[in-house]
Amino acid sequence: MASDKQLPASAGRRIDEPTGVETVGHEWDGIEELNNPLPRWWVITFWITVVFALAYVVVYPAIPMLSKGTEGLWGWSSRGQLADEMAKVQADRKPMLDAIGAMGVEQIAGDPKLLAQAKAGGAAAFKQNCAQCHGSGGKGALGYPNLTDRDWLWGGSAQEIEVTLVNGIRAPGAASTRTSLMPSFGKDGILQAGQIGDTAAYVLSLSGKHPSVAAAQRGAAMFAANCVTCHSADGKGLRAFGAPNLTDAVWLYGGSRDAVVGSISKAHAGVMPAWGSKLDAATIKMLAVYVHSLGGGEQFAATPAAAAPPADGSGNAKP
Amino acid sequence: MPSPDPKPPAPVLYEKRKAIFPKAVDGRFRRFKWLVMALTLGVYYITPWLRWDRGPYVPNQAVLVDLAHRRFYMFGIEIWPQEFYFVAGLLIMAGIGLFVITSAVGRAWCGYSCPQTVWTDLFQHVDRLIDGDRNAQVRLQDAPWGPAKVARRAFKWSIYLVISFWTGGAWIMYFADAPTLTIDFWTGQAAGVAYATVAVLTAITFLFGGFMREQVCIYMCPWPRIQTAMLDEKSLIVTYKDWRGEPRGSAKTKEKNPSGVGDCVDCNQCVNVCPTGYDIRNGPDIACITCALCIDACDQVMTQLGRPRGLIDYATLDDCKLEREGHAPRPVSKALFHTRTLIYVGVWSAIGFALLFALGSRSRIDISVQKDRNPPYTIEPDGAVRNDYTLKLLNMEGRPRPMRIALEGLPGGLMWTDDISQEKAAPVLDVTVGADQIEPVRVYVIAPANATQRQIRFVLKATDAEGGGDVSENRFDAPGGDEGEKN
Repeated sequence: MASDKQLPASAGRRIDEPTGVETVGHEWDGIEELNNPLPRWWVITFWITVVFALAYVVVYPAIPMLSKGTEGLWGWSSRGQLADEMAKVQADRKPMLDAIGAMGVEQIAGDPKLLAQAKAGGAAAFKQNCAQCHGSGGKGALGYPNLTDRDWLWGGSAQEIEVTLVNGIRAPGAASTRTSLMPSFGKDGILQAGQIGDTAAYVLSLSGKHPSVAAAQRGAAMFAANCVTCHSADGKGLRAFGAPNLTDAVWLYGGSRDAVVGSISKAHAGVMPAWGSKLDAATIKMLAVYVHSLGGGEQFAATPAAAAPPADGSGNAKP
Repeated sequence: MPSPDPKPPAPVLYEKRKAIFPKAVDGRFRRFKWLVMALTLGVYYITPWLRWDRGPYVPNQAVLVDLAHRRFYMFGIEIWPQEFYFVAGLLIMAGIGLFVITSAVGRAWCGYSCPQTVWTDLFQHVDRLIDGDRNAQVRLQDAPWGPAKVARRAFKWSIYLVISFWTGGAWIMYFADAPTLTIDFWTGQAAGVAYATVAVLTAITFLFGGFMREQVCIYMCPWPRIQTAMLDEKSLIVTYKDWRGEPRGSAKTKEKNPSGVGDCVDCNQCVNVCPTGYDIRNGPDIACITCALCIDACDQVMTQLGRPRGLIDYATLDDCKLEREGHAPRPVSKALFHTRTLIYVGVWSAIGFALLFALGSRSRIDISVQKDRNPPYTIEPDGAVRNDYTLKLLNMEGRPRPMRIALEGLPGGLMWTDDISQEKAAPVLDVTVGADQIEPVRVYVIAPANATQRQIRFVLKATDAEGGGDVSENRFDAPGGDEGEKN
């Protein structure tokens, strides 16, 4: 498609024989450029993009200056956009959070949609607030309870977990925090080292470990005299005091003989903050639901201390 | 100082589009183009309205790309996202299909079935319908703007717009239930993206079909450029047999001097009917989309003059060379099947058969297991070892199906879920998976205190008449034998 005008063959410009198209006059090592004109719309499109780019530079942040870039007429910023989107998400979540905050934690399980949301929200809050001690999967660590098993110090129903979360355990300054104190039998000179060893042997024998039958038999008397108030006569513990069950396979501070001797000599007293003053009610309820869902959650059983226990047969009592 | 030579004027860097007014023509290729147009447009506009009964749980639109639910329905076939390789396979087949066509018959895709070609053809028919054939169109183009011309143009462009809108509107019907979407669209209840899509596609169709036309092929489309690399002397192309046509001369000149003049009478009909305005007598070019309308036009002229048809014809460059040397023309069918084409066809059908086989033998039921890794296991108060898993049960059928999961490889192992309490833990679980759904089930697996780490298997079986199943192997973690604090 030759250009209509036939220009004089000056300045290297000439008509290319095979194509009949004029060259532009440039030549590099014998290679010449044909002057096939661009379509006009192409050029118009090019100018439109230029205008668009200029407008973009004016209305959006674009040019870097000394301390910060130009802000643009529309005042857009990625931080601002994030804030808007977060505000929208918060607004979307508000009805759900309000509903969870308003209902009792035991009612949440009755609403599958809320339950799923509470579990998800609880999982997020757990990672932020609880994982530091209990581990991101709730497995716990030496001295920090495992939340995935069926062994609970203070109660494993959703309501009990909520109470524990709100008030904490031995939380300083929290009025109704869950609290108890085991004496340090060795450090405070209540028992002699041999007696402690015997007690430890008895405690270990409760869960089927028999380091020494004779020592365990001697330890039984020590146990009966010093430990049964909290750990109960059969060693199964008492939730009112957060006293652990000594007959099972779960050992918060270690189940070796040395560890048990250590725990008797110098008692442990784990502390958890009272989250009631740090987190809102909905978050705590979601956390309770989440922790309850980790595999060891219990049905709510009215404690003997409760005023009006529900009629039996409601499937709540653990054998 | 002597003045230098006067500077030559600056070269023209861009030019206005040269308007093209293709003349109506009839012939076998034109009729083939009508057929292809009816077929492609028909398929495009009608397909979303076809129904296909899949039962009460699944949409009954025959062809549906359900982006929201991540399903692709095509008649009896339903594709889930994890089976996207079927779609990838189809796309590869489409690509190789294009190679087959190009290898066998040159740019037939460009000439007959490319959407740009089909819609441009449609709009050019609108031009002829409203403005008349080529000469009338040229006259109207050259006429000064007045009320009559404005009215004519406005009328024609509004027809363009209706076609464009219909085109854009048909597109969205593939992505939702067509009748519902149509009602929603006209009552303002459809999603914003539906309106935006229709607006963009309408604008593109209006612009590309109504105004850009051959410029898309010549300046914008990469395919003609790729194709130049795929054509060789054995490819069928539309070509002018210059040894027969040249030198050009009128019928009268030929009567006087039969040997000095070729068959081409320079009537320019081949150029007049060309939708891209190219003169095929200049040889193969990117501008020739090989729609073969020039063959129809030239054949008509040759018939009128009583000369053999095929001055412009489908031929390979090799055959042209032979014919030029005086050999008899080879039948076109021979050019169709050369080695390269057959190789492409072989690859194409191999992929096709592989896809069909995969489609026929694919499982409609699936289990995948994700194990909780934190914690890997939990020791229960009685010393039992518990591992937690999330099972995903896939039911790809359009009806709910009862399924049974059995635990294998864990002596004394029991399972329970959030819905089945631990008191009812059992070595098997019965679950009903909803129609066309993935059912996530959180499963707690417990083994007696002496359990050791091992591989276990979740065996899924459908317990309805159709049956079928799947197995997923996973790990059961347990404390190692030397863990001090437990002893």
